[in-house]
Amino acid sequence: MAETAVVVKEKAAPIKFGKKEKKLLTDPLNDNNPITVQVLGICSALAVTTGMKNAFVMSIAVIFVCIGSNVITSTLRNIIPSQVRMIVQLVIIATLVTIVELTLKAVSFESYKALSVFIGLIITNCIIMGRLEAFASANRPWESFLDGLGNGVGYGLILLIVAFFRELLGKGSLFDFKIIGATPDYLLNTTEIGWLGWYANNNLMVLFPSAMFVIGIVIWVHRAWNPSLVDVS
Amino acid sequence: MELVNIFIKSAFIENLALSYFLGMCSYLAVSKTVKTAFGLGLAVIFVLGITMPINWMINTFLLGENGIFGMDLTFLRLILFIAVIASMVQLVEMVVEKFSPALYISLGIFLPLITVNCAILGGSLFMVSKEYNFGESVAFGLGGGFGWFLAIIAIAAIREKIRYSDVPPALRGLGMAFILTGLMGMAFMGLMGIDPNAF
Repeated sequence: MAETAVVVKEKAAPIKFGKKEKKLLTDPLNDNNPITVQVLGICSALAVTTGMKNAFVMSIAVIFVCIGSNVITSTLRNIIPSQVRMIVQLVIIATLVTIVELTLKAVSFESYKALSVFIGLIITNCIIMGRLEAFASANRPWESFLDGLGNGVGYGLILLIVAFFRELLGKGSLFDFKIIGATPDYLLNTTEIGWLGWYANNNLMVLFPSAMFVIGIVIWVHRAWNPSLVDVS
Repeated sequence: MELVNIFIKSAFIENLALSYFLGMCSYLAVSKTVKTAFGLGLAVIFVLGITMPINWMINTFLLGENGIFGMDLTFLRLILFIAVIASMVQLVEMVVEKFSPALYISLGIFLPLITVNCAILGGSLFMVSKEYNFGESVAFGLGGGFGWFLAIIAIAAIREKIRYSDVPPALRGLGMAFILTGLMGMAFMGLMGIDPNAF
């Protein structure tokens, strides 16, 4: 029954959502994760994960740019001459990133300040360039849209996992809400107490080396759970 | 003296690779052997040293309010910076190929890869946000490149050695590289003292 439905849809429009399309969407979440398997886009992933809020804003920005640049590039894929394709792709990405940057500046100046140069660095985020080269320049816009969405979400997923541990253990909060530990506020002479009041915040988790450790452990867990990804070299 | 200070600071205390995580993709991908890491590191120093002053001039004379257009064009910054970097890398590639084929062969594919190395664009953006002048931006570019060079050489040397160690299979390769980089980051952090307000 499902089979016929797909065929009917295919006749009506080339846009369909079958098994292949679903795989495009789910593959980057696990088997082909941009961060833990393809090792793309590490720089920003490490720097913005000090808090869930930053990680969330960054994920949204990357998903937007990834989808947008994938769709635009694959729409233009037959027009772009292959000699100058890198520069054309960079201009497409840079335009989208500028849109994101200005939007963020207008909507949430606080997050804009917190993310500072890392919004601009989405341009050189290898996920975006990598997907354009590997996928969008050879596929139709609809598949490219799914691929962009899948990779953007796969990136965001790891970002949020890392940010969860870093913010919880480093600041005792999630999305700036107090969860565990106690933080004395010397100005107001009060103490904000969450669960496990004895827990002292581990400042190392907010600093840069911990991002490396947490991602290293995420990779470890991921590969132990999915042994086909183990690096044999 | 001020310039030497900036050089030392950008090379060690504010290391682009180990305290800002810039250029991590190529840092992790190309650090399997010391030889290739050396070539990439040199190329990064070179490109950072060239693009930083050029981007400084573009930012000041073209985009600023006192520039030749007399208006605030900073929204064009990202596009112009990346265009300068892409074209400088292309130019450097052609010059090196013409005058020193031996160096060109030893750098190989790493030269074009530098375009998407975020340390280069990141350096230029930091230069803008720190409001450096011309001389300072040159020192910052060279210092930042040197720091990145040191970091990639160090991780490559460690990864060459650790291949003979007994690492859990799931952690081998990439996972271990991350944890090693974290440890190196902690070592570099010792240079500035732990500052919880660093972020």
